[in-house]
Amino acid sequence: MPDEKVTPIHLTTADFHETIKNAGSKPVVVDFWAAWCGPCKMIGPIVEDLANEFRDATWTKVDIEDGSNRDIAMEFGIMSIPTMLVFKNGEIVDRLIGFNPKPKLVEMVSRHVDTTTN
Amino acid sequence: MFVPQHTKVLIIGSGPAGYTAAIYAGRAQLEPILLAGERPGGQLMYTTDVENFPGFPNGKSGQELMTDMLAQAERFGTQVKYEYATAVDFSVRPFKVWNTVPGNHIADAIFHGGGASNELGDGDITQLREEIIKGEPAYTADTVILAVGATSIMLNVPGETEFLGRGVSTCAVCDAAFYKDKETFVVGGGDSAMEDSLALTKFAKHVTIVHRREAFKASKIMQERVLNHPKISVLWNSQITEVLGNGSVKSIKITSTEGEKEVPADGVFIAIGHKPMTDFVKGQLELDGHGYIVTRASHSKAGVELASKNITNDLLAFPTTTSIAGVFAAGDGVDVRYKQAITAAGMGCQAALDAERYLESR
Repeated sequence: MPDEKVTPIHLTTADFHETIKNAGSKPVVVDFWAAWCGPCKMIGPIVEDLANEFRDATWTKVDIEDGSNRDIAMEFGIMSIPTMLVFKNGEIVDRLIGFNPKPKLVEMVSRHVDTTTN
Repeated sequence: MFVPQHTKVLIIGSGPAGYTAAIYAGRAQLEPILLAGERPGGQLMYTTDVENFPGFPNGKSGQELMTDMLAQAERFGTQVKYEYATAVDFSVRPFKVWNTVPGNHIADAIFHGGGASNELGDGDITQLREEIIKGEPAYTADTVILAVGATSIMLNVPGETEFLGRGVSTCAVCDAAFYKDKETFVVGGGDSAMEDSLALTKFAKHVTIVHRREAFKASKIMQERVLNHPKISVLWNSQITEVLGNGSVKSIKITSTEGEKEVPADGVFIAIGHKPMTDFVKGQLELDGHGYIVTRASHSKAGVELASKNITNDLLAFPTTTSIAGVFAAGDGVDVRYKQAITAAGMGCQAALDAERYLESR
């Protein structure tokens, strides 16, 4: 039996900081995106794949079309989408700006998940 | 033993030219394989509304248009692979096409992100090719349709790369929302620069277009919208020569006939045009001085010369043929003049019909 499919969690200003904090040392990957952004749409399916392939990380998305969510982006100095951030213990440990193909995203997340438990 | 996958028609590229070629080749029951790269959809994925593609009176989003074209190509039996062609051998029949990248190189960075010559020197790409072709090709093909398209040109000024994603952007449509009440600059004079400027007006305090000439080459309707917009002004005969900042962009240096000045800036959006993504076929067929693929239908001296050698019965034989028989080309990788979605699609159609007739004639 294959495991149940995981989908990235959509975060807003209401739950963003809490999610980052509560995850502790488990990496949280955040995909900042918007529907008007073509390269974000190209990255979307890759993020969905990775959410299933790297279950030792929490995969999330922030839609910056929602004006208040833009405050989260501003807080972390994001001025371009797609941007991916990785948080650990509430701190940014990695940042990838612009469209990047799957191998590059794998390389980034691999640096932060403990693959021995996978 | 590894056996390359053989196909009658291999299409390289996933913009309007590639997908249209795939629709036609698919309907001709040629079961084409299309290598879409890792950024399927091409340049239109970076735009908002496409208003000049016939059939959509209210405009259509570039992303939707490309997603629909892909679905249409797949409906008629095209096999789409999300990988890059990294090397080709057009000196043998069937043609050989590789999809591998040696060592720790990332295909996207070399074959798309600014093109090979940005990432690696010209000598290095030749060396890279040597390494790639030591392995088995992924595909062999009776005909190849090159619909490789073009990628954005950067300014190549100090600070540009350093602040990419931190005030420097190549996708105004994507990033406009981060520039609420900010001072923004758009570089360029074509339709993309006009569209970027208009997209920014929804958020920015002001948009200044920096253009190196004294007139735009954009369509009249787009020029009019821009020039009549209260939030947009234009600096003619001007160029950005440096991007400065601290964490993010704070100012830019602009050089004009009146000399150089430094002005405050929060965002710089680059829309100065595109260059053909033909590095991986260099040396395998004829390219012009700017890297465009030469076909018998190219609107250039080289194209006319190629055409004059291939007139049979008063007609130009297989017009979309490159300097190699059986290798056809379409779209912005060929087009030195028009560079429109509809002209690319038209050429894609021609290339597929030429490939079909070429296969029948052999």
